[in-house]
Amino acid sequence: MLNKITGITRAARYLGQSMRLMVGVPEYSTYVSHMKTAHPDQPVMSYQEFFRERQEARYGGKISRCC
Amino acid sequence: MGHVTTKLGWLAFAVLGAFAFAYVALNRGESIGAIWIVIATICVYTIAYRFYSHFIARRVLRLDVTRMTPAYKFNDGLDYVPTNRYVLFGHHFAAIAGAGPLVGPILAAQMGYMPGMLWLLAGVVFAGAVQDFIVLFISTRRDGRSLGDLIKAELGQIPGMIALFGTFFIMLILLAVLALIVVKALAESPWGTFTVAATIPIALFMGVYARFIRPGAIGEVSLIGFVLLMLSIVAGQYVQEIPSMAAIFTLTGEQLTWMLIAYGFIASVLPVWLLLAPRDYLSTFLKIGTIVGLAIGVIFISPELKMPAFTQFVDGSGPVWSGSLFPFLFITIACGAISGFHSLISSGTTPKMIRNEGDARFIGYGAMLMESFVAIMALVAASTIEPGVYFAMNSPAAIIGTTAESATQAISQWGFYVTPEMITQTARDVGEHTIISRTGGAPTLAVGMAQILSDVIGGRTMMAFWYHFAILFEALFILTAVDAGTRAGRFMLQDLLGTFIPSMKRTDSVIASLIATAICVAGWGYFLYQGVVDPLGGINTLWPLFGISNQMLAGIALILCTCVLFKMKHDRFAWVTIVPATWVLVCTLTAAWQKIFDLNPRIGFLAHASKYKEALADDVLLAPAKSMEQMRQVIFNDYVNASLAGLFMLVLISMLLFGIHTVLRARGTGGPTAREAPFELLPVEATPGT
Repeated sequence: MLNKITGITRAARYLGQSMRLMVGVPEYSTYVSHMKTAHPDQPVMSYQEFFRERQEARYGGKISRCC
Repeated sequence: MGHVTTKLGWLAFAVLGAFAFAYVALNRGESIGAIWIVIATICVYTIAYRFYSHFIARRVLRLDVTRMTPAYKFNDGLDYVPTNRYVLFGHHFAAIAGAGPLVGPILAAQMGYMPGMLWLLAGVVFAGAVQDFIVLFISTRRDGRSLGDLIKAELGQIPGMIALFGTFFIMLILLAVLALIVVKALAESPWGTFTVAATIPIALFMGVYARFIRPGAIGEVSLIGFVLLMLSIVAGQYVQEIPSMAAIFTLTGEQLTWMLIAYGFIASVLPVWLLLAPRDYLSTFLKIGTIVGLAIGVIFISPELKMPAFTQFVDGSGPVWSGSLFPFLFITIACGAISGFHSLISSGTTPKMIRNEGDARFIGYGAMLMESFVAIMALVAASTIEPGVYFAMNSPAAIIGTTAESATQAISQWGFYVTPEMITQTARDVGEHTIISRTGGAPTLAVGMAQILSDVIGGRTMMAFWYHFAILFEALFILTAVDAGTRAGRFMLQDLLGTFIPSMKRTDSVIASLIATAICVAGWGYFLYQGVVDPLGGINTLWPLFGISNQMLAGIALILCTCVLFKMKHDRFAWVTIVPATWVLVCTLTAAWQKIFDLNPRIGFLAHASKYKEALADDVLLAPAKSMEQMRQVIFNDYVNASLAGLFMLVLISMLLFGIHTVLRARGTGGPTAREAPFELLPVEATPGT
C-alpha cells in the first residue's frame, strides 16, 4: 500500500517535471543542488532569475519545436 | 520457462496484429471500426520497438551504457541536466509533435485510408524513427552539438553550410504553409477568428502575470489561461450571432493574410515573456491534452471509417492535391512517417539532457512512434467523415464551385454519395456558414474531432463547441510556430548573412535584427499570399513544396547517419540508414522533378506558367487573375516555385555527392574515423542497475 502511494507520488512528480520541461523549464531544485555541490563559490539564481534565464534561452532564436 | 512464456507472448501479439491488419485490409464494402486500425497500429509499433530498435541499439550503434553523456560532462543545471528518461520523453515528444502529423494524413485521405496508413507504419518503423534515434545518438556522442555542426564535423565545412542554407528555406516554406492553414480555417468564420484573436490579449495578460504578479508560476497561469480560452470559445458563438460583431470578425483570406504578416513581424520583435512564452504554455499543454483526449475518443468510441480503403484518386487525378501515389503520397504525409525537422530537435535540447546513452532508444525511436500514432489518429478522424463531405471540404472552389448544389453535382460524378442537405447540415452542426472548400486540413480535422469528441462529451449540441475548440487548438500552436519560427529564421539569416556582411551578425543590433526579421516575414509572407489567392487553394502548390523540403532535410540527416556508420566501421549495418535514405531521396527528387517539369499544369510549375503565357499572348484572362498584370504575377510565382524546387534538388544531390565521398574515404581508411568526443566513464550513479 505504502509502495503504491510512493509510486503514485513519484509518477505525479515526474509528470509535473515533464510538463515544465516541455516549455523549457528544468527542475529548479536540481539546479540549486547542482550549484551547491559543484560551484559552492558562485552565486545561485533565485527562482525568478532562473525562470527568466530559461525563458530567454528557450525563445532566444533556437529551433525548439517542430512543425 | 519464463523465456518460453515471453516468446509465446510475442507470438500471440504478432498474430493479433496480423489478424487486425487482415481485417482492415481484406474488409471491402462494409465500414470498419477505428479500433481495428488502432490494434494493428499498436501491434506494429510494439513489435518494431521491441525487435528492430533493439537490433539498432545493440548491433548497429552498440549503445554503451557506461559512456559519458553531455548532461553529466557539462552539467550546469540549466541546458545540460541529467534527466529522467520518462520526463525527457515528454519533453522530446512535445517538441516534435505539431501540425505536420495532423495535416499530412488528412490530405492523404483522398486516396483512401489504406495508402496513408501503410506508409505511416512502414515509414516510421524503417525511416522516421530510425532517423530520430540515430541523430540523437550521434549528437549525444558529440557533446550535444547541432545538426549543422555535426555535418560540418563529419562531412566538411561546405556541406555544413549547404545544409544550413537548405534549413532556412524549409523554415520559410513551413511558416508559409502553416500560416496558410490558419488563413483557410479562419476566412469568413467570425466565431473562429474571434476566438483566435482573443488568444492575443489572453496571452498578454498571462505574460504580465507570470512576469510580475506571480513570477514563474507556469501551472497556475496556464490554468487561468485555459479557462479564459474556453470562455472565448463560448463567447465566439455570441459574436457570430450578433450581426454588428460578426461583421467585424468576418474577414477574407487576403485580409487575414496581411494581419498574419503584421502579427508575425510584431510578435517576433516583442520580448519573449510577453507573448511568445505564455502562448507556448497554452499551445503545448492544449496540444498534449487534446492528443490524449483524441486517443481516448478513438479507442473507446471506435468510430466507423466511412472513407473507402482505396479511392480512384490513387491515379493522381484527385481534387485535394494532384500527382500520383508515387511519389506524392510520400511527400504529402510528412511528419507522421519521417520528418527532417526532427533531426534538428534530436540534435537540439534533448541530447543535452539525456542521462544515459541507453535512453536514446526509448526517447528517439519511442517518441517518433508516438508521433506516428498521432498521425494515424488524424487519418482516422478524416476517414470518419462521410467521403462526400470530406471532398466538399477539401476540393478547391475552382473544381466544385461555391454552392452546396454545385459541390454535390461535382462530387456525385466522382461516385461519392452526397446531398446538398448533408453539406449544409454539417455546416450548421459545427456552427459555420459554409464548409465548402475549407481546404488546408485543419477544418476537416476539426469536423472529425468534433464528431469523435462530441460522442464522448456533450452530444450533437456540443459539436460546434468542439469544432471551434479544435480550430483554436490548431491555430494556437501554428501561431506559436509562426512567432518562434520567425525568430529562429531571423537568427539563421543573421548568421548566414554575417558571413558576407559582418555587421549583420550582431544580434544585439536593433537595425540588423529588424532587417533580418523583415526579410524573413517577407519571405514566408510572399508564399502565403501566393497560396491564399491561388484558385486551386494554395495547398496544392505549397504543401508539396513543404513536403519536398522537409523530406530533403530528412535525406540530409540520413546521409549524415550513413556516413557516421561507415566512419565507425559499422559497414555491415549501414543498410539500416542506406535503405531509408535511398527511398527518401528517390521520392523527393522524383517529386521535385515532376513539380518542375510535368506536362500537366496541375502538377508542373513550368507547364502552368506556359499555360498562362499562351493565354497572355492571346489576350485571354485566366482565373484567378483579374488583370494582365496579375497574369504576369502568376507566371512569376510559377518560376519562383520551380526555382525553389530546383534548389532543393541541387542541395540534396550535392549532399549525396559529399556523402558518397565521405563514405569512400572512410572505407579506404583502416580504423574508425568518426569524430566522437573521447571516451569517458559515466558517473556510477547514472549507469543502470544503480
